[in-house]
Amino acid sequence: MKAIVTVTPKKSILDPQGDAVRKAIHHLGMECVESVRVGKHIELEISGSDIGKTREKLEEVAKNLLSNPVIEDYKIEIH
Amino acid sequence: MRFAVLQFPGSNCDQDSFNAIRDVLKQPVRYAWHKDTRIDPDETVIVPGGFSYGDYLRCGAIARFSPIMGAVKDAAARGQTVLGICNGFQILCEAGLLPGALVRNTGLHFLCETVTLTVANNRTRFTKLAQDGETLRIPIAHGEGNYRVDAGTLKAMEDHGQVVFRYAGGAPNGSLSDIAGVCNKEGNVLGMMPHPERACEPLLGSADGLKIFQSLLNHS
Repeated sequence: MKAIVTVTPKKSILDPQGDAVRKAIHHLGMECVESVRVGKHIELEISGSDIGKTREKLEEVAKNLLSNPVIEDYKIEIH
Repeated sequence: MRFAVLQFPGSNCDQDSFNAIRDVLKQPVRYAWHKDTRIDPDETVIVPGGFSYGDYLRCGAIARFSPIMGAVKDAAARGQTVLGICNGFQILCEAGLLPGALVRNTGLHFLCETVTLTVANNRTRFTKLAQDGETLRIPIAHGEGNYRVDAGTLKAMEDHGQVVFRYAGGAPNGSLSDIAGVCNKEGNVLGMMPHPERACEPLLGSADGLKIFQSLLNHS
């Protein structure tokens, strides 16, 4: 099965990268862009068919490795 | 006093730390490879700077799961001294041994300069030989030194004296409350972004960093 974990900076966290990207977008003429946040898109190919168990384990992996809960949020999609 | 300097793939300040301890402090020191699982009960652990695992995913995110970190966590729980420098500070935060996290510098530039730190708490084992509010000239070299923690935790840290070093005149990297270094509640684990191991000899521009290592010697 395929899983996608999306990691984004928490809304309360300053995102200097997103801000730099926003300014660059303005330079490209799209001044209507008010805010940008940059995150990560992580794709996993997982063997097995127990979606419930996989999601449970993936939650731990997402919390401990793929994201830092102090500064990031994560979302898991399993297909 | 025996020291162990950790080495992860990508660590590059391990030799500077080792040399400062062996040649300037003149204390027994060894390297501890990241795959080892031994830290002796009488060893002081140095988690050095660099780019462990290429800073992949997040700085220190992968190093925190190296086998040696289990032994470091046990050592910290036993009250042994653990000093994380730069990437070492990032690793200790990711490992949960220190509160907060280090993110990208607000100006986005990699900062490579000598800064002035003020000692915010001179009652820790790392700062005993310093005066309260004393200034130290120590180099920084980092792209992700912006310290972040939630308001509630920051208040608790300030009340408990866990903020140990601040950048005098404001943090060049945007660190909350100008924080340059923090310790855990028990006071035996410290993380700092500046490099004291690079400020142990006048020839290198400043020997102010030596005070931190000497405080540790004095504490033992």
